[in-house]
Amino acid sequence: MAFWIASSPHNHNHTKTPNLMRLVMYATLPGVIAQWYFFGWGNLIHIGLAMATALICEFTVLSLRKKPISHELFDGSALLTALLIGICLPALAPWWISVIGTMFAIVIVKQLYGGLGHNPFNPAMAGYVVLLVSFPLQMTLWQPPLTLVAVDLNFTNTLTTILTGFTVEGYSVEQVRTSIDGFTMATPLDTLKTNTGLGLTVLESIKNPVFGDNFALGWEWVNAGFLLGGLFLIAKKAIAWQTPISFLISLFICSFISYSLSPDSSASTMFHWFSGATMLGAFFILTDPVTGATSNKGRIIVGLLAGLLVYLIRTSGGFPDGVAFAILLCNMSAPLIDQYTRPRTYGHLKGDK
Amino acid sequence: MVESVIERITRGHFWDFHGGIHPPEQKFLTSNKPIKQLALPKQLIIPLQQHIGREGDLLVTIGEHVLKGQALTLSTNPMVVPVHAPTSGTISDIKMSVIAHPSGLNQLCIFLDVDGEDAWRKRNVCYDIEQLSNHEIIEKIADAGIAGMGGAGFPTHIKVNSKPDINFLIINGAECEPYITADDLLMMEQSNAIVDGIKILDKLLNPAFILIAIEDNKPKAIKALQQATTSIEKIKVCVVPTKYPTGGEKQLIQILTGQEVTSGQLPIHAGIVMQNVATCFAINEAVRHDIPLIRRVVTVTGQALNKPQNVWALLGTPINFLLEQCSVQNIENEKQPVIMGGPMMGFSVSSELVPIVKTSNCILVPSKVEMPSAFEKESKEVECIRCGQCSDVCPSQLLPQELQWSAKAKDHAQLKKLNLSDCIDCGACAYVCPSQIPLVHYYRIAKAEIREQQQLDLKAEKAKIRFEARKLRLEKEKIARQEKHKKAAAARKAAMNKATPEATGAKSAVAAALARVKAKKASKDQAQTNVPDPQGDLPTDSADDQKSQVSAAIARAKAKKKLKEEAVNKLSLDSGIVSTKSEVEADKVAPTEQPTVDDKKAKIAAAIAKAKAKKLSKSAESSNTVQAPENMVSEKIASSDDKKAKIAAAVAKAKAKKKLKEATSFANNDQDSV
Amino acid sequence: MNILLAILVLGSIAAIFGALLGFASVRFKVDADPIVEQLDALLPQTQCGQCGYPGCKPYAQAVADGEAINKCAPGGEDTIKKIADLMGVEVQPLDESHVKGDIAQSNRPKVAFVIEEDCIGCTKCIQACPVDAIIGAAKQMHTIIIDECTGCDLCVAPCPVDCIEMRELPETIHNWQWDLTSIPVKQLD
Repeated sequence: MAFWIASSPHNHNHTKTPNLMRLVMYATLPGVIAQWYFFGWGNLIHIGLAMATALICEFTVLSLRKKPISHELFDGSALLTALLIGICLPALAPWWISVIGTMFAIVIVKQLYGGLGHNPFNPAMAGYVVLLVSFPLQMTLWQPPLTLVAVDLNFTNTLTTILTGFTVEGYSVEQVRTSIDGFTMATPLDTLKTNTGLGLTVLESIKNPVFGDNFALGWEWVNAGFLLGGLFLIAKKAIAWQTPISFLISLFICSFISYSLSPDSSASTMFHWFSGATMLGAFFILTDPVTGATSNKGRIIVGLLAGLLVYLIRTSGGFPDGVAFAILLCNMSAPLIDQYTRPRTYGHLKGDK
Repeated sequence: MVESVIERITRGHFWDFHGGIHPPEQKFLTSNKPIKQLALPKQLIIPLQQHIGREGDLLVTIGEHVLKGQALTLSTNPMVVPVHAPTSGTISDIKMSVIAHPSGLNQLCIFLDVDGEDAWRKRNVCYDIEQLSNHEIIEKIADAGIAGMGGAGFPTHIKVNSKPDINFLIINGAECEPYITADDLLMMEQSNAIVDGIKILDKLLNPAFILIAIEDNKPKAIKALQQATTSIEKIKVCVVPTKYPTGGEKQLIQILTGQEVTSGQLPIHAGIVMQNVATCFAINEAVRHDIPLIRRVVTVTGQALNKPQNVWALLGTPINFLLEQCSVQNIENEKQPVIMGGPMMGFSVSSELVPIVKTSNCILVPSKVEMPSAFEKESKEVECIRCGQCSDVCPSQLLPQELQWSAKAKDHAQLKKLNLSDCIDCGACAYVCPSQIPLVHYYRIAKAEIREQQQLDLKAEKAKIRFEARKLRLEKEKIARQEKHKKAAAARKAAMNKATPEATGAKSAVAAALARVKAKKASKDQAQTNVPDPQGDLPTDSADDQKSQVSAAIARAKAKKKLKEEAVNKLSLDSGIVSTKSEVEADKVAPTEQPTVDDKKAKIAAAIAKAKAKKLSKSAESSNTVQAPENMVSEKIASSDDKKAKIAAAVAKAKAKKKLKEATSFANNDQDSV
Repeated sequence: MNILLAILVLGSIAAIFGALLGFASVRFKVDADPIVEQLDALLPQTQCGQCGYPGCKPYAQAVADGEAINKCAPGGEDTIKKIADLMGVEVQPLDESHVKGDIAQSNRPKVAFVIEEDCIGCTKCIQACPVDAIIGAAKQMHTIIIDECTGCDLCVAPCPVDCIEMRELPETIHNWQWDLTSIPVKQLD
């Protein structure tokens, strides 16, 4: 027997970063399943593509950086990034969209800044924004819910569309996206934006079939799925509740104010909550600890700021959804917010830093 | 204020402190077994220093027989507490030995061979404390060597000797660290003695209220103390919720009183004194029964032991004796952590000889199943993902993740800004860290570095002051000298002008001075050309002295020169030839000097000869063996009274040493190149 | 005419802003420590003179006047880095003439030690010591006040009998740096 020297504490609660990442990935399941149910296989295929790309990129960069590969490759952070990118992408976007997006996210946004824990921006959102800015056409290839699509989008059809741009039967992406009535379908947010731009009132716009019976056909259930997963994460204490709650409240307040001022030109509060990437952003991206604020006060401020930015971009910006941009802007301001929201240390007076 | 605090406490409402964790308590291993009395160990190892502060002066010598309770060291200042013989026996050794400290470094320890008789020294028992003055009680506490037994080991007699009004005396029985049940058992078994100790403290401090804080996971101890204190209005037993680190001094004060101890201050500044229950017990023993602090309850626990339990251990008991008594399981070829203290703040000991000291409350020997992280060879540390769980649990409301970055970057200014000094090392942050970063370890290193830097800064500041003072002094001396010279010159001039009989004397004095200056110059020149390190001339008071010194210097320089030549040319010659030759040289040197003593020459020559002989033999071998001539030379010199010869011999010796060094280094170089 | 007006307007704006800046630079002037004081604060104050200057302050003055920043041997790399930061120059390796084998080997601080049997009481070391850390008188044995010694090793060379050596300060629990890997672990059995 020999004695073993270690520093205290000698005990640990056995939590591990990879486990945390895995938990977050499991929590996306309800949303992903809803996405699959309403929009078909497209996003699942993109998730697969992105994950494969992420692993390859991570492996390459880690070996170049001479880092312990087995240790870091499977810490789950790259896979989570890939998963989020896959979820965000338009279902019928070509395959290289997810590959390029993931490569950018992993190689440049994450690893070149020093790897896990050192990236100032959320890799998934930065990758998404790069795609949105660089390939605006492909990034608008949103697929309408399956119920509105004329072509039968089974797995093979989706796969061939993503890989070649045509279904097995030879329909092009544009044809697939064209509804039974002959209109090209966009997302509810996009549609609303275009229509209000054309001078239509919100009430007139939401007659469009993409809005469905409630707020946004399909999208509302996807968002509900992510909400469920997010609540699960909060219950598990895997994420802090402050960020998503303050974000949702902020978005609610903004949309409520404008809705009460001019109901004709503003969408309802619930429409804002349950369309686009609201819930995904609130619970899965904004809560990314690496790029968010650390103190509780800071988290609340970041959430409020993000809600305001999302609302502003959605209503007055050039893009239909603003979650990605809002989150990147919040990432930028997080260190500053942290700097000014340091808690008062025990035994120190307030302001006496 | 005080009233409302008491109201709250009687209603059972407490404040809360930020953060905290709930690690598995594992107290059941030992909490239901009585404290065991152990047989006497064969040998005790008693470190001289067992607390914060300095070690006392030794009172005993090797071979001395001591009685149980006899003081082994003497306290010479308030921060020193004495240590006592835990049992009777013979001092077999006083030497450096490994002590109970995370560094595993050695300190002076007394080794006591136990004679087994356990014979007490004369005791002065006093049951009625009312007869004693406060001063006498404090003296008794100081003489008994009591230092805080909760962990830090602050000398108790300082803590109880405070002047200001005390609102609260808090008795800390929280014992929030997992595994440890020493205080719990002590409260169960010795509640009356503890309350007696509290009464002594009450007499000393006269606090408004006495609060005994116990975590709610110790129902038996709570009951025992409630029963023991029912008749005393002033004492309140406070049952606080179980949470780590409730037992921390600052945290417990916050829980009970809602006050925070201002950073950098002591609780006493807020009118609060805190004592551990074990300390109260020790105070009672010391004041009433005249039993110094020679034993304590130690929890020996962990799943690697077959019989974990609490024991009464004599201070100085090596931990291997305790482990044997609790049947440590055989662990094959596994590096077994043995932790002194609890799993959160204890430190792993490096040797089985580490003795129990006044602050050791637990020996923890975990099995691999129950505490895998204690066995991990490599750190499983991954990058911080800023999850913020550490700041959520930090009882001091620090930002551990930011501290960690600054600590790694050695950014001491930022660490100070983030209040690193308010970290209490509780380990809650590292316990919850999902990236398994050993946060506390980084902080400890940073704290040690900052402390050292502060000491260096202080030292540099002191050095600067001393340097400036020296410069000033030299300047003053120079001016004084010049002044003196001027005066002397003026006096001489006056004397010469007088043309009295003294004038001739003065003239001759001037001539003599001129001659001296010349001689000095010559010797200096020689010294500069011949000797590698020119010797600065000493300012001396009397001219005679200077003269002889000048001549001596010349002689030395000459001798050195010859020596050098010899060394270069005659390395291969055997010592016999050299000695004759150097005698000749000595003769040659002689006529050029004005010797004051005749045998001086001979002595110098002899010394040189000796040195040469030594040098030759050494350089011949060049293998760093100890040479006889060195002893011979020094002996010879010791017998001789002549200073000059001694100096010459010393010079020769130094030369020889230098040569030897060079020779060995050459030899080494040769070896290297081979 | 228009051009003239433009020049006039821009010129007057420039003049106003120039005046503003000038005023601000006088009014809000930050009284920084003189550079020599700052440099002196960075130096280790061993007063060893190994840089070729009689003490740390003179070397600080010299650095301020353009002397090389890499001459402080006791300060080592750290000090050079700090001076480089302050002076806004490149970090240089320690001047070669100052790199000594034994200094480079160990980081532990050293102090001088007089081997008292060999001391002949020549007072040469006392004169060499820049901080008066050696006590003794002519023909009396000398000794070093460890707490005052800065470890500059200026006293080693003048000693005619080589009885001064630099010894490492021992590691105690008071100056231990929490280096757990350095703890020797005892094997049992």
